[in-house]
Amino acid sequence: MALSNKTKEVLLGPLNKNNPVIVQVLGICSALAVTSKLEPAVVMAISVTVVVAFANVIISLLRKTIPNRIRIIVQLVVAAALVTLVSEVLKAFAYDVNKQLSVFVGLIVTNCILMGRLEAFALGNGPWPSFLDGIGNGLGYGWILVAVGFFRELLGSGSLFGHKVIPQCVYDAGYKDNGLMMLAPMAILIVACIIWIHRARNKDLQEESN
Amino acid sequence: MDAINIIVRSIFVDNMVFAYFLGMCSFLAVSKNVKTALGLGIAVTFVLVLTLPLNYLIENYVLKGGALAWFGDEYKDVDLSVFSLLIFIAVIASVVQLVEMIIERFSPALYLSLGIFLPLIAVNCAILGGSLFMQQREFPNIGIATAYAFGSGIGWLLAIVGMAAIREKLEYSNVPKPLKGLGITFIITALMAIGFMSFSGINI
Repeated sequence: MALSNKTKEVLLGPLNKNNPVIVQVLGICSALAVTSKLEPAVVMAISVTVVVAFANVIISLLRKTIPNRIRIIVQLVVAAALVTLVSEVLKAFAYDVNKQLSVFVGLIVTNCILMGRLEAFALGNGPWPSFLDGIGNGLGYGWILVAVGFFRELLGSGSLFGHKVIPQCVYDAGYKDNGLMMLAPMAILIVACIIWIHRARNKDLQEESN
Repeated sequence: MDAINIIVRSIFVDNMVFAYFLGMCSFLAVSKNVKTALGLGIAVTFVLVLTLPLNYLIENYVLKGGALAWFGDEYKDVDLSVFSLLIFIAVIASVVQLVEMIIERFSPALYLSLGIFLPLIAVNCAILGGSLFMQQREFPNIGIATAYAFGSGIGWLLAIVGMAAIREKLEYSNVPKPLKGLGITFIITALMAIGFMSFSGINI
């Protein structure tokens, strides 16, 4: 099936020009906290993509029946139900990772990407575009997470997915893992660098004031 | 003494923003000037102090395994903690809506200054994060839980007001173009977080 231009835009826009994390500044909280290793970052990225996509579909199906005043509560309940499902699945099949993610799986509920997409897209569009929008934004969030996780694990503990990738002879020559990379603040710095590179290449995204 | 210890710890050591990155979205979006930052900080503290003890009671008397024992012997084995997320967020969202309505009715002036932030707070991760940490850490009584809520709120307020103050000064500095706005804010947050790490290990 050939994708029309609009579908392409909905699906691929969030990966670059309209990225939820580095352009719209949504979902920062979890993006930073779970990225000290690559594995939890990947699991988190998948979980968020699944939740955003399906919450988008459900809210989009319900959009004509939800009274405006209580829509936030309805959205939160739908999101919380989906997140509970994801969290139970993780507990059953990936218990260790679930332990590492701790409260951050639960916090997907208040992930601003989720609420932002529900408010901005699902309430005004049909189920199929909403589904694509959810997948697109989930992936846009995911690649930032994976990029940050990659650098933090590589520089912080010299491994990827828990396997050593920096050979022993480098350590013997005096190289040391940078313990600072494992600490929370470095995640913000890495995201800041990604923003820097991204905005240097997309001049129209640069802001005028501080 | 326990309560004071936990307040100090949650303000400086376990700071919501700098140690766990909770509430970052509004932290970054609403830290452009000190006055609004202060307003949002107060609102967050207020909602945290209201919702966390409420969720503590629900957790300990309804949701936890064996928590329903007071209801009768046959309910002793019931474990409803699967629903905790759903119930916590429902409590938070409804308290926020309620607070908004009450403030609107009784103090229009306060509503005008806080009003726009209140709906934002329902989805502030710091609020739900507080409740989830409460569940994870199993505080001994409701007093400690309230102290934790208060400390986390004040810690968040401190962070956002400090950030806003720095950003007001930043207006006059010459930042590289691609870093303007969001980028430099991130770097400042990282530096502040590294600064806050010097508090770790403090115990009273």
